[in-house]
Amino acid sequence: MNSTAVTGHEAATHESEPGFYGTSWQKLMMWWFIIGDAILFGSFLAAYGFSRISAVNWPDRTQMFSLNFITVMTFTLITSSATMATAVAASRRGDRKAAFNFTMATAVGGLAFLGMQAYEWYHLIHNGARMDTNPWGAPAFGAYFFAITGFHGSHVASGVLILLITAWNAKRGKSGPEGVELTGLYWHFVDLVWVFVFGCFYLI
Amino acid sequence: MRSQRGAVSAWLLSSLLILATILTVGAFFVLKWRPEVASEHGRGVDRMITYIIFAAGFIFVVGHLVLSTFLVKFGGKGTAAYKPMTHKTEMLFTIGPVVFMVAVSELGVLAIGGPVWNQVYTHKPDDLVVDITAKQYEWISRYPGKDGKFGRKRPDLFDDQENPLGLDRKDPDAKDDIVVRGAVYLPVGKGAWFNIQSWDVLHSFNVPVLRAKQDAVPGLTTHTRIVPTAVGRYEISCAEICGPGHYRMRGFVNVKSEADFAKWLKSQVGWFE
Amino acid sequence: MAIAQAVETGKAGHQAHGRDHGHPAGFIRKYIFSTDHKVIGVQYLLMAMLMSVVGLGLSLWFRVQLAWPGKAAMTPEQYVAIVTMHGTIMIFFVVSLALSSGLGNFSIPLQVGARDMAYPFLNMLSFWIIVPASAIMILSFFVEGGAAAGGWTAYPPLSALSGFGKVPRGSPGSGMGQTLWLLAMALFIVSFTMGGLNYVATILNLRARGMSLMRMPLTVWTYFVAALLGLLSFPALTAAAIMLLLDRHLGTSFFLPSGLVVSGQQAANVGGTPLLFQHLFWFLGHPEVYVLVLPAIGIAFDVIAAFSRRPPHGYKTSVWALLIIAFLGMIVWGHHMFTSGMNPFLGKYFSIATLLITAPFAVLGVNLLASLWRARIRFTTSMLFALGLISAVGTGGIGGLFLATATADLHFHDTYFVVGHFHLMIGVVTMTGTFAGIYYWFPKMFGRHMNETLGKLHFWGTFIGAFALFVIQHFQGFGGMTRRYFEYSADYVQPALALNPAVTWFAFLAVGAQIPFFFNFFWSMFKGKKAEANPWEATTLEWTTATPVPHGNWERLPVVSGKPYGYAEGANGDAHRMQNAEA
Ligand code: HEM
Ligand SMILES: [Cu+2]
Ligand SMILES: [Cu+2]
Repeated sequence: MNSTAVTGHEAATHESEPGFYGTSWQKLMMWWFIIGDAILFGSFLAAYGFSRISAVNWPDRTQMFSLNFITVMTFTLITSSATMATAVAASRRGDRKAAFNFTMATAVGGLAFLGMQAYEWYHLIHNGARMDTNPWGAPAFGAYFFAITGFHGSHVASGVLILLITAWNAKRGKSGPEGVELTGLYWHFVDLVWVFVFGCFYLI
Repeated sequence: MRSQRGAVSAWLLSSLLILATILTVGAFFVLKWRPEVASEHGRGVDRMITYIIFAAGFIFVVGHLVLSTFLVKFGGKGTAAYKPMTHKTEMLFTIGPVVFMVAVSELGVLAIGGPVWNQVYTHKPDDLVVDITAKQYEWISRYPGKDGKFGRKRPDLFDDQENPLGLDRKDPDAKDDIVVRGAVYLPVGKGAWFNIQSWDVLHSFNVPVLRAKQDAVPGLTTHTRIVPTAVGRYEISCAEICGPGHYRMRGFVNVKSEADFAKWLKSQVGWFE
Repeated sequence: MAIAQAVETGKAGHQAHGRDHGHPAGFIRKYIFSTDHKVIGVQYLLMAMLMSVVGLGLSLWFRVQLAWPGKAAMTPEQYVAIVTMHGTIMIFFVVSLALSSGLGNFSIPLQVGARDMAYPFLNMLSFWIIVPASAIMILSFFVEGGAAAGGWTAYPPLSALSGFGKVPRGSPGSGMGQTLWLLAMALFIVSFTMGGLNYVATILNLRARGMSLMRMPLTVWTYFVAALLGLLSFPALTAAAIMLLLDRHLGTSFFLPSGLVVSGQQAANVGGTPLLFQHLFWFLGHPEVYVLVLPAIGIAFDVIAAFSRRPPHGYKTSVWALLIIAFLGMIVWGHHMFTSGMNPFLGKYFSIATLLITAPFAVLGVNLLASLWRARIRFTTSMLFALGLISAVGTGGIGGLFLATATADLHFHDTYFVVGHFHLMIGVVTMTGTFAGIYYWFPKMFGRHMNETLGKLHFWGTFIGAFALFVIQHFQGFGGMTRRYFEYSADYVQPALALNPAVTWFAFLAVGAQIPFFFNFFWSMFKGKKAEANPWEATTLEWTTATPVPHGNWERLPVVSGKPYGYAEGANGDAHRMQNAEA
């Protein structure tokens, strides 16, 4: 059971049933957290869909956003998933330096994404969009947009923080492959959510 | 451990459960437990309820009888000892209840409930159309007048005293709309299709004697259909909490004979006439 | 962030356990900021008892108003606020705390053979979040406009019309009181979610050796299913609460449609949909009912097995029934919305799907009953409550048949039939289960027995009072008596209205019966008869350790060798076999 390595808790693990089909509890909990959080995002997006369907008109997104810019944003985030995967692989190999570097690279990708999102928000707000007003049409769109991308952004922001901590721990050898992997799971989840958010707000 | 006390508890609990069963069933005979019914689909609703009373009553009575019997039988002194059931009996005791419950409940909803439900939500072409507007804490009904058309309601024209529906003086459709505060008038035996709306919060257009209940939702028009079967005056009691005044959000559905209804309708003048 | 922290604390907690099983030093670490699941369990129980004084007190107050209008010195504004707070407090701060959090915390690690919860620190945090949550909930009575008054369901627009900024005010209770209500609920959700994660982790990963899933006591199974359901459904309420807060304070229009006019004031909102909230709310709300009810049923199975001296009937089918209930429970939320203006086709679907749930519930009911077949019943107080639970599950369950049938619900929706039904399920079933559990585990908690005479008094008062009170409310619902009404005047309701004084008298009986319980609880803690390690001759793991239970629960963790219910063993069938007995 690989959790033994992380918890350094021979006694308890030895005494109990091997975990759930050999999965460590940290990973299991991360999965449960992710499922719960996914349902939270799911609820928000379902609510968005509910409003979208019952709305009479909906703003023309090509006027609100620059699709090129959003594509770059999305690309950045997806790239950061790739660097994260590399970091996980490196830390599995025991290559602490590479693990540190790639985790840091992922954090930088996250920061870049946040920067672009901040710019986009600024752009919209500057043009008069608010939680309760939307110069391009249906105010509900603005409310959902700010609420959901804001909520996602807060996930990215806390993700960056977790990445920095993980990188630091990996460097000092405090965080083994499992720690990096857990962080990776979270980060991939945040990226995946973005794909849905992206799809809902910019494409459909 | 299993002393005389145990036997006392067994008898006490078991007779109490039997007593509770008898009182509960008996209450249906002693109490006037439901309001009379004065609508076509309402009889269907009552048929549905009666069906469930028998189905549920059967489960209630049998369950409590079995429980009380077991308590006395296995709770006193010198009781029989446990033997594991055979797999077959065990499966029987699982599949039995499953089949019974699914059959009884789904049969009821499909055979009895479904058609009644459709009745309530199907608009028939020659229905009288009535527009209901709810606001804290009042019911307002509206009839389209001679032109058969409802005028638009405009929030900006709302005035509690002068114009509670926000009708537009310049709207030709609105001119002859008949607006009645606190009451609805219906002819007996004729279908009425309701458009229900609300200005402010949720309310529910609930007329127990007509077995009608439909929420009034701001931003949405909901519907229900009623065919009254008896002349009378039936109370509307709001059935969705709408503020402290919820309890006094009353109104009346006046069901009249066809002739009386026609007379009443003729005596009404349009809101802007 | 929270996750990183959780991982850290999980680590720390377990290292601590691995190294030393001694008691933590000092009163504060031991009893106040304890990470020991047993102490935390008791803390939850005490908190629930405290809140129940408020919640039940409120119910008696408005019961007086209902039975003898005008005698209770109460305004309509206060009435709706008090009903709302009674409901919220009872569900989330009494039943959830006592049953899900309190008894769950105490029993799960002991029954699966673990030293503690998977994340002891998180566990402590969960409890300490409840403290401000409770305080905020209570304090909301004293702000401008009074406590939240939109019902425990908090349906917008009423709950969204806060009177802040451009948003018009829907009612006095829609102001600050509703905001505090949401805040307290948010804290509750955070705490409950962390608790659920802890339960799942503990049950999946810290089971003693040999404790395969199908060897877990049914109590553990029900807590497990309940925790999963909670984790899957609470996020929907979280989303709804966030959007409601934004509507209230930032002028968004998630739930507020165009064209609102509130007491003559036109609102600026555009395009929201009030029904959306109802969908999100009941996506949580219905599973939440099972989150509360299932563990009570699980405890009843354990208690009935111990006092009927035979294994419960149909362990396997019960587990399957639980899983099916959980699954179906997630897809039937619309049965609360038959008259809401939802598409009538959806109404039909929800009606048909809901009625399917009666099948697995019938299996549970039959299994409970059949568990008494050829038993040797011992009528302890704990057992009496478990037997009362069987009756309440049956009576409450068949009420569900009426409400789940959309056509019949046209008559019952928002009447006292609903009130009677849900009180039987989430009031009586949960509380009889909780009391069965408390009388059963009290000797393990405090090393002393509760007094049986006071216990019996408690049982008879509670059971007679609650059964009569809530069954009569069903009849009032048949009579069309609408709920959340300060006073009644309609003609059709007069026969139902005549039953109101009787209901109130039975309410006094049911609530009064809690006085001997409170006294018994605290008196027995210090003065009760000393208990041995296994006073009930029960077979699950919690009875294999010493009483009082040492920190870390066992010197050496038990190794499980068989089924949880080793009753009716031996040649005469009157021996029992502990779950960790050598083969
Ligand atoms: C003897 C004790 C109790 C009495 C007499 C009592 C009485 C009542 C009554 C009469 C109402 C309806 C008021 C109305 O709709 O106007 C009510 C509402 C409610 N009660 Fe109780 N109750 C008791 C215990 C409980 C318990 C144990 C629970 C646990 C869950 C509970 C949960 C609720 C809820 C959720 C509501 C709905 C509040 C709302 O409409 O927003 N009650 N109670
Ligand atoms: Cu109302
Ligand atoms: Cu439900």
